[in-house]
Amino acid sequence: MKKHVHDNELVRKLNLIATRMRKKIIEMLYRAKSGHPGGCLSAIDAIVALYFHHMRHDPKNPKDPNRDRFILSKGHAAPALYAVLAECGYFDKKELLRLREINSILQGHPANTLTPGVEVSTGSLGQGLSFAVGVALAGKLDKRDYRVYVLIGDGEAEEGQIWEAAASASHYKLDNLIAMLDRNRLQIDGTTEEIYGLEPIVERWKSFGWNVLEIDGHDMKQILDALDKACSFKNGKPTMIIMNTIKGKGVSFMENNLKFHGIAPNEEEYKMAMKELEELERRLEGKNEED
Amino acid sequence: MKRINPRDVYGETLVKLGEQNPNIVVLDADLSKSTKTYKFGERFPDRFFNMGIAEANMVSVAAGLASCGKIVFASTFAVFVPGKTYDQIRMSVAYSNMNVKLFCTHAGINVGKDGFSHQMIEDIALMRVLPNMKVFAPSDPYQAGRVAELMAEHYGPMYARVSREPMYQIYERDVLEEMEIGKSIKVREGDDITLLAHGLMLHECILAARDLEKRGISAEVIDIWSIKPLDENEIIKSARKTGRVITVEEHSIIGGAGSAVAELIAEKGINAKFKRMGIMDVFSESGDPRDLFEKYGISKEHIVKNSMEMCLD
Repeated sequence: MKKHVHDNELVRKLNLIATRMRKKIIEMLYRAKSGHPGGCLSAIDAIVALYFHHMRHDPKNPKDPNRDRFILSKGHAAPALYAVLAECGYFDKKELLRLREINSILQGHPANTLTPGVEVSTGSLGQGLSFAVGVALAGKLDKRDYRVYVLIGDGEAEEGQIWEAAASASHYKLDNLIAMLDRNRLQIDGTTEEIYGLEPIVERWKSFGWNVLEIDGHDMKQILDALDKACSFKNGKPTMIIMNTIKGKGVSFMENNLKFHGIAPNEEEYKMAMKELEELERRLEGKNEED
Repeated sequence: MKRINPRDVYGETLVKLGEQNPNIVVLDADLSKSTKTYKFGERFPDRFFNMGIAEANMVSVAAGLASCGKIVFASTFAVFVPGKTYDQIRMSVAYSNMNVKLFCTHAGINVGKDGFSHQMIEDIALMRVLPNMKVFAPSDPYQAGRVAELMAEHYGPMYARVSREPMYQIYERDVLEEMEIGKSIKVREGDDITLLAHGLMLHECILAARDLEKRGISAEVIDIWSIKPLDENEIIKSARKTGRVITVEEHSIIGGAGSAVAELIAEKGINAKFKRMGIMDVFSESGDPRDLFEKYGISKEHIVKNSMEMCLD
């Protein structure tokens, strides 16, 4: 494990990248005229923290057996992952503008056989955590020191398979497995608590034998600290980071707005969103000049 | 003649494969005593994972292990995999093109007394429609072991089903050694009618062919253990020769090997009489396997009767 110093400069830099990724996501969805903005924007800060600082990975060697793995179990946030993978250099950024088009390497939901850097095809909720358990088991078997990171949606945790996976991860003492739950509290038909009821979510994961951390999923320093802490546990348990997030985070009119679960911005919304994000980007860049 | 349990051969083959290749990993869902994967578990406890009664998780875990270079065999009863786990197989295994080998037992109505809940007759249909997926149904106990070997040798998602009931040995060693994915085995030459079968039904066809011979009908019997890919050339050749084809399987008549052969014959414009024998789009029931074969119309007697009708028509 790398030892990180999460100074303000690092946090600012990652926030700037996250803002640029938000712009990219909005642009991709606007061009594709479909997709899921809300869940991309709630998840992007964590994905940026993983790929631009925390994880050990090499875009030039995407199949390196010692790489840390990231699995996007909530596959509908694919554009967030694609934007980050392209920025890292897994594939040409031009591909981003062909999201969801015919003959594109970027499917509406992740497809590992088409997109470099994608570990497994997801999109039908509930399977990514189980897949991650398999990757973590292989790591133990081969005595490799990689870690497995998996991002699941809060609505996704209504799937029974998530709890099968949760039980098996603690049974097999997979302390190389770190899950992050995008707790944005909204699913297609309403709030998670109206639809299915996920609380008490911290206690649930604890009772399944996991370490549980709870953070603000948009506070970059908290994300980095939680990832470090998750790697520092020496109790043989997998770790769940509950990230309290805001669906649509970063674009005022998308925040906590159910409409933007699965609807792409129209032209007017696109322009408004880009304007907001560009202002934020300038603020984050400006601070750099002051330094 | 003594009958041998294909599950036993499968378990022993896994041990042999495990000795040859450290990348072989085996998963089971609390049925390792029945599927016989426990033999591998005893020999290689580090590479055996009992995933409990949680089949959906097991299938996606298998895909995760496979993504790290493991050759993963996952076993349970066919009613559970693929029965309970179609989406996991579809997404994590087939679409993701993972090197996962679903080798499942207790397929077909020969499961017997447990009743329909445990008699899988839709699995071939479910697995056959998935791109990347290969589908096998061995017809001889030692062939089941050879199928497991072929599955380990070749990359990709594969599904195999074997019966709960023991099987008669049909093949000598040299026949099994020459087996190739996508190649059928001609068990008996004949001129008047072609009987195509897999699993326990192959032996029923062999018995039927002997009966038919006494009645002056020469039946060709072909083992279509490789259902996908199907041995199109041999089937077409035989259908052209005899002009009469019957498929027999312990599976629904909808979507199984019979459907695969029907598609082939229709598309290639083969001028042959054709009949599918299988479970006639009904739910089966508890009972003795032989009684079930008789009641649901797939016993040797039914094969003889249908063949006679087709030949005398």
